[in-house]
Amino acid sequence: MELIRLDDIRKTYHLGELDVPVLKGVSLSIARGEMVALMGQSGSGKSTLMNILGCLDRPTSGKYWLDGQEVSKLTADQRAVIRNKKIGFVFQSFNLLNRTSALDNVMMPLAYTASNLSGREARKRAEALLDRVGLGDRIHHHSSQLSGGQQQRVAIARSLINRPPLLFADEPTGNLDSRTSREILEMFQALAAEENITIVLVTHDAGVAGYAQRAIRIRDGLIEAGAFNDPGAVTSVGPIASDPVQMVAPH
Amino acid sequence: MFYLFRTFNMALKALTRNVMRTGLTTLGVIMGVAAVIAIREIGQGASQSMQETIASMGSNIILVLPGAANPQGASTGAGGVVSLTPDDAQALNDPDRCPSIVAVCPIVRVRLQVVYGNKNWQPNTTYGTTPDFLFVRNWNTLAEGIPFGDQDVASQAEVCLLGQTVVKQLFGPNDSPVNKEIRINNKPFKVLGVLSTKGANMLGSDQDDIVLAPWTTVKFKLAGQSAQVTQQSAATASSSGSSGYQANSLNQLYPNTDYASLYPAASASETADTPLPVRFVNVDQILVQARAADEIQSAIKEITDLLRERHHIRPGQGEDFQIRDMTELSNTASSQGNLMSLLLLVVAGIALLVGGVFVMAIMLVSVTERTREIGLRMAVGARPRDILMQFLVEAAMMCILGGIVGVILGRTSSVLVWFFLHWPVGVSIETIIVAVGISAAVGLIFGFYPAWKASRLDPIDALRYE
Repeated sequence: MELIRLDDIRKTYHLGELDVPVLKGVSLSIARGEMVALMGQSGSGKSTLMNILGCLDRPTSGKYWLDGQEVSKLTADQRAVIRNKKIGFVFQSFNLLNRTSALDNVMMPLAYTASNLSGREARKRAEALLDRVGLGDRIHHHSSQLSGGQQQRVAIARSLINRPPLLFADEPTGNLDSRTSREILEMFQALAAEENITIVLVTHDAGVAGYAQRAIRIRDGLIEAGAFNDPGAVTSVGPIASDPVQMVAPH
Repeated sequence: MFYLFRTFNMALKALTRNVMRTGLTTLGVIMGVAAVIAIREIGQGASQSMQETIASMGSNIILVLPGAANPQGASTGAGGVVSLTPDDAQALNDPDRCPSIVAVCPIVRVRLQVVYGNKNWQPNTTYGTTPDFLFVRNWNTLAEGIPFGDQDVASQAEVCLLGQTVVKQLFGPNDSPVNKEIRINNKPFKVLGVLSTKGANMLGSDQDDIVLAPWTTVKFKLAGQSAQVTQQSAATASSSGSSGYQANSLNQLYPNTDYASLYPAASASETADTPLPVRFVNVDQILVQARAADEIQSAIKEITDLLRERHHIRPGQGEDFQIRDMTELSNTASSQGNLMSLLLLVVAGIALLVGGVFVMAIMLVSVTERTREIGLRMAVGARPRDILMQFLVEAAMMCILGGIVGVILGRTSSVLVWFFLHWPVGVSIETIIVAVGISAAVGLIFGFYPAWKASRLDPIDALRYE
């Protein structure tokens, strides 16, 4: 089943007199429960595409269906609601609130949710999620008392608090060592497989992309490969990897 | 409702995340509010004690004075006519006619030499009055001795009460004046008692420089008007139809007047043929006490109505008396106090303004510092107005907390002033409410710009902000 469908998405930035086209007609689709990697060099339009996919930005033209809803023309407020309900974000630098317990960090997005969860329900849900990411015994630790990997787990729990069907991970392992990276990526795989959550890994690291079922490569504002999940085509991810240590076979 | 609660909860968490900065930021507001509260309470205490000083002159007092005459266009000025009589005073004392009045006393004023032994003194005021005077002037407790009574007034008794200043001038330090005989204008008077100390009044004149005696005594034995003559003419006046004369306490002098006439009764035609000019007993002032401060106006109306009627003044005609009430004095005093507190409030307002600017500056820094947090919050679904609300509530809450701390600090300092300096202080609930309210408003006003700035951030840029 299709969760994301992009049809000829274009994005042009206006720098004074100059028009800078960043996305030049991107079409792709991602199924529910699929784990894909969005790959590309810096300047390729990868970040812009992610911002549009994550409803942080609007395309200049084109159509974007998310979970059956056309979202490319929504206002800022409407996009905020979509982000809150349907999308979770995990960042390279974790972005946890400092001097705040893991539990409060996880519950933070609930403050903007229209569904009125009672305090106890919210707490229960947050505790269950922290348990799920293996931090059940650290719910009252502040972010400064947690290691990088643990902080990223808190961030994952936070992204899942509203039970979104879609999770964006922007270089989620960029600040982590290889062992922790593996754990985090395996957790993403488990989430995709068990919870049927679509995961989009944004990375330039082929090793990381190797965990995904499919890699979408973007170059100069156009999709180079992997736009559609064609069962017939064989998606290759491996050859351009530069660091053999991170070459870990997907499960 | 739930949304508000969540926002408040969030703001509280954000504030407690950096207690030190929150404390320093609110310091300006704390100082401002504390200054307002302390100044207001100490000021209120001061004006309270001022009111008490005014009350010591006698509370709710109305003074009735004779009016001005205008013979041939030359005005005599106030007191130029002799228009007030003891009967007027008696009539005013009627609770049915004048329900707003509790006490009335006529006053006869003279200024005479007082002699005791080899010392003499001219008191500032020598008042002939009734025992009610002490009640009206709040002077009930005597330092020594007893006051004169109604019987003394009726019998023109040569008795008097002395003020402290007079006692000091005439008697030695260990010499009690009670039951001593002094001479006023060469007439012997027995000192019945000594008034307690009252000090100077608002205008600076010594209230203790006083001699009080029955008004009849002062009028007929000191002021130079012969009682005989007055009696005669009064009797004539009464026989010519003035039935109101029964009220005069003087009648008790001749208990049998009702039964036996001193003179053969004149026939109706005789009376009509020989109209005698009435020379009535006049008094210099009438002191009236109203029941309460808010009944002063109705008392003035009752006095005006009654005296116009008694003096046969037609509608449209000018009055031959004038009425002064002391509320003017207390109004002046309280308006002075109001002006003072207004000035102080302006100063305190400036302090709060400075506090507000401080809050704005720190909030701006805070918004910049928390750019990534704002970006994150937007990414997880916060709308611009949620961000605006959050920072606004944070600023307002900070200021309200500062206000509350300021109230406590201000109360504490005014209590300390009361405790160590013994200045009177008064609690002012409305000032406390207003101060906290204003600090909340300061928070909202000065928190708006930073909050608005935060809400305008682009989530993509904010997330990438280093």
